[in-house]
This record gives sequence, C-alpha cells and structure tokens, in this order.
Amino acid sequence: MSGFSVTEPSRGQKWIAGILVVTYALVTLLPLLWIIATGFKSPSDAIAYPPKAVFEPTLEGYVNLFTTRTRQTPDYLAENPPETWYDEIVRKYDMVVVGPSRYGERFLNSIIIGFGSTFLSVFLGTLAAYAFSRYKVPLKDDLLFFILSTRMMPPIAVAIPIFLMFRSLGLSDTHAGMILLYTAVNLSLAVWLLKGFIDEIPREYEEAALIDGYTRFQAFYKVVLPQAATGIASTAIFCLIFAWNEYAFAVLLTSGTAQTAPPFIPTIIGVGGQDWPAVAAGATLFLLPVMVFTILLRKHLLRGITFGAVRK
Amino acid sequence: MADVFLSNVTKKFGSITAVNDVSMHVEDGSFVVLLGPTGAGKTTTLRLIAGLETPDGGDIRIGDHSVVGYTPAQRNVAMVFQQYSLYPHMSVRDNLSFPLRSPILKTPEAEIKRKVQDVAEVLHIAHKLDNKATALSGGEMQRVSIGRALVREPSVYLMDEPLSSLDAKLRSDLRIELKRIQASLGATILYVTHDQIEAMTMATHVGVLDKGGLVQFGSPREIYESPKSIYVAGRLGQPRINLLPADIFAGAPSGATTIGLRPEHIRQGEGKPAEVVRVEHLGDQSRLHLTMDGHAIVTLTDPHTALEPGERIAIQPRDALYFDADGARIV
Repeated sequence: MSGFSVTEPSRGQKWIAGILVVTYALVTLLPLLWIIATGFKSPSDAIAYPPKAVFEPTLEGYVNLFTTRTRQTPDYLAENPPETWYDEIVRKYDMVVVGPSRYGERFLNSIIIGFGSTFLSVFLGTLAAYAFSRYKVPLKDDLLFFILSTRMMPPIAVAIPIFLMFRSLGLSDTHAGMILLYTAVNLSLAVWLLKGFIDEIPREYEEAALIDGYTRFQAFYKVVLPQAATGIASTAIFCLIFAWNEYAFAVLLTSGTAQTAPPFIPTIIGVGGQDWPAVAAGATLFLLPVMVFTILLRKHLLRGITFGAVRK
Repeated sequence: MADVFLSNVTKKFGSITAVNDVSMHVEDGSFVVLLGPTGAGKTTTLRLIAGLETPDGGDIRIGDHSVVGYTPAQRNVAMVFQQYSLYPHMSVRDNLSFPLRSPILKTPEAEIKRKVQDVAEVLHIAHKLDNKATALSGGEMQRVSIGRALVREPSVYLMDEPLSSLDAKLRSDLRIELKRIQASLGATILYVTHDQIEAMTMATHVGVLDKGGLVQFGSPREIYESPKSIYVAGRLGQPRINLLPADIFAGAPSGATTIGLRPEHIRQGEGKPAEVVRVEHLGDQSRLHLTMDGHAIVTLTDPHTALEPGERIAIQPRDALYFDADGARIV
C-alpha cells in the first residue's frame, strides 16, 4: 500500500478548488436540470424564447407520457364531464384520455433487460475473472486479449449479422435475446474490470481459508467475494449504464414485445405536435433507476476497505 | 497431534529448486524450528506440509497416512502466515471463529464462544474481540492471526515467522507464551524463523536449511556446539562465530583451513598477542573487538573491564571448531 502525505490546503487553493468543482457541477448538471424542468412545463413554456427559468409547474407532460388521448367535439366534452384529475388536465386541449400509453411497459422492459443482463454479466464475469486471476489457464493472455478484442469495434458494426442470427434463432424482439446481447457486449468489460479487482485481493486470504478447513469454492464466496464487493458494485454500475442507455440495437432488434424505453421515448414526439414536456418527463423517469442503483451501491464504491490488513 | 514425516521432498519453481530432497521427522509434541536465510526453502517447506504447494517428488506423511493429494482442509493443519492475513471484512471474533465454523469442524456456537474467549485472553486481545480486523495495530493483528491457529487442535501447527513484525517486548512475551502453550497442549509445532533467539529458546529441534536442502537437524545445543559446517556454525551465535585461517594459531589438525571460534571460546591472558580495537560495554558483559594479523575477532570479557583501545592482550583458542576447504567440520 502506498501512503500519501496529507497537508492542509491553503485558503487560496480551497477557493480555486471550490470554483472548479462548482463550475464542473454546473456544466454537468445544467442539462439534467433543463430536462427535469421541461418535464413540468406546459408545451408553450417549453419552447418559449428566451427560456423561462420561472414557470407555472404542470403535470401535463407526465399525463401525456402515460396516456393516450383523442380529440373530441365540444358537444361530447360538454356531455361527459372529466372524471379524473388527469382527464381534467387534457380537457384544456379538447382531448379525453382513452387509455394508458405503452411507456410503463417499455420502462418495465428496460428494467428486466437492463438488470437481467447486468446480473448475468457480473455473475459470469466474476467467475471468469476469478479463474483468470487464480488458476493456470492455458493460453491465458491470448484468451484475455481475445475477450478484450470484442470491444475493439463499435458493437453496432456487427448489427447486421446479429440481426440475421437473432431472426433465425427466434431471438428477435424477445427479452432473453436482448439480455443475451447486452451480456455478450458487457462481459468483456466485466471480466477485465473484475480481474483487476480480484488480482488485488491477496491470495493469502484464500490460503488461510483453505487451511481453516474450507473448500476452494467456500473460500471464494466467504472470503474473496466480500472483498471484491467494491469491484463488483462498480462493474455492475458500468454494465447497467450501458445496457440501460443502449439505443441502436434496441431500435434494430425490438418492436412490439421487448422494446426498451430508449427507442420508445423519441416516438412520443410524433404524436400531434412536438410534445417536449412529455419527452422530458419520459427522460426524467428513465434516469431514476440508474441514479437510485448508483446511490445504493455508493458506499461500496469507496476504496480502502482492505487497507492495512495484509502487510506488504 | 501427530508426527510429521518428510521423505525426499523436492519442490521446483521453474528452474529454481526451492526445496531439494528434504527428509525430516517432526516428532509428535516437538517444537521444530527451521532456520535459514531468505530463499533457503523454509516457507516452501511449510506450504508443502500445509498443502498449499504440491511436491514434485517425495512423500509427506502426517500421522499414519501420506497426505500428498489431500486438500489443506483434509490435512487438518493450522498455519500462521508471515503476513498476518486476517479477513478484513470480519470482526476479530469472526476471524477467530472462522476455522471453528468450517464444514470440517462445525463447532457448536457456545463452544466457539468459549474457545475464542480463552484464546483471546491468552493473547491479550479479549478487549478487541468486537473490533473490525482492520482497526487493529500490527501487533494485535499478528496475535489474532496466531489465535486463529490456536483455537483449533490440528495435527500440527505451522508458523511462518509469526513474531517477526512485533516489537521486542511483545516478541519476548509471546515467545514465552507460545512455548508454554506448546508444552501444555503437547502441540507439534513447525516454526520458521531467522531469529536465533527464537530458535534457541523455543525449539526442541532445529533444522538448518541452505539453498533448499536440510543441512543439519538436531537439538539447539547440538546445532550450536557441533555444527556440521561453517554455514551451520554461522546461523547461531550472537556475536557471530569468528572464522579465521586455521594456521593463525598453532595446533590445527591436518586438512583444516578455517578455525571457528565462538566469542566464549577465546581464553585471554596467554597465547598470541592481539590488539584491542574497541570495547562495547553492554552492562552484563563487554564485547571486545580485537585485531590479529589483520583479522577482526570478537570476544567477550568482564563487564567492568579496564581494557582500552590500543592495548594488547594475549589470546588462545579453547574448544575450537575446525573446518576443511569445503566448509565441512573436521572432528
């Protein structure tokens, strides 16, 4: 382990560091704030120029996101007073809610496919990384290079062969197909990341566990896994972010059944005028799971858990 | 507890022979210390017995059966690593309980609690039982590491320089403690060190290793008083044995090229003159650094000696050890 000498920064340094951090936070957070705010704007406020920082918040965007609506004649509207709060909102535009949109379904697909492939990538990745780290694998370096080489081209370069393979295997537009595909793409990253983390866990722990009366596999899950938690958590976040945000394959390979949220959100625009608040609402909700997942795993991302337990 | 037999055990790592044709009998209830410099094969020998390495040749028996091919768990050995490898994600108590909870021992929780408490008290870590393993000082970690071995009743305890990272006071306390535990449990211990005080005070037998081979095996007294070679003679003794050309004193046997004189084997007052270079007063004794025909000699003298650098005294060997050109002892 290396040590750092920590000295108290001067006042000036603190100010400079503070300004840099705030600037960076603004640059990265501003688009996010824009999206969240737009989700609560009315369509006219959303396209107002200059942009409105202060506006009257409305749930129109969210209602439009989750519902399908039809325009009705004034007579029909007069005869049928609105029954729900969301019905009332859409009456402004002479519309009535006729049913739910497919956003909920798409969102659920994203969750199933995103988390499913993340689990599979991390599970297989951990086992493979442990084997590569600890066992004598013939042609180890070549195999690792081969695994890495699958990331050397943009995944979309193989879109056509994958499209054809999926069609003949009956995997097109299925959850299993998308989970497999995202796992295949993520696995190389997972193996490499996790191998790095497992390499750093001293073998002495497993050897101690073997001598303490445990089998290799028990030593793996009782001693190695808890210490690889940091690596597993960060790998899981990387895998989830990729699978969650993936757009190109989702457009190409899914339609009615297994379509995820990314290809669905842009289609909201097309329904009568440019409904930016609904798009922004969809994007805002879409951000939440990854955010929650990252926050939940945050404490595992902090390094230094094993610091000092093995003398080097 | 059991006897451990090594028969012609060899282990190679690539082109390096770490352990070369070692045969040794660790008797039931004995405390065997392996001595040797870094790279002599001490740790590899322990790891071979533990089952963490597979021998390239030879047989290892614990008790009545050959354990080659057994997993470490099946061999029922306990080992203290040189690097105190505490499980960092567990508390001290869980670290100590870990071997007792193994599928092989499956100790009832009440008994685990009692055993852990007993061991923790012996090692003076009872007040730290609920700390995280990482929240301990180096000395405490090493004691937990020793404790993790002591909670068990294995066929043999293997200890790889367990005291090397401790301060002098703790080291001497634990030396006595380990010896007491060994005597009261009748435990068989195979212990690696390069600290000769540990070897002399604790061992019932000492094995001296050189470049993977076992050069001599015997009681500490035997190793000290009748070493088989210059190499073995140099492993024990502080200050180190004086090695001089054999002809510097009269009376060397034929074939001898080197005379080995332990500091206490030099008689002062008569014989050949030597010049005092330096006097070190250690309180209970004084070390006398002499020079004779350009060779440095260290011997012991009276704590209240009045000798001063530059003075000349006459010295003569007593019970000298003679070695031939190959470094082998001439008896």
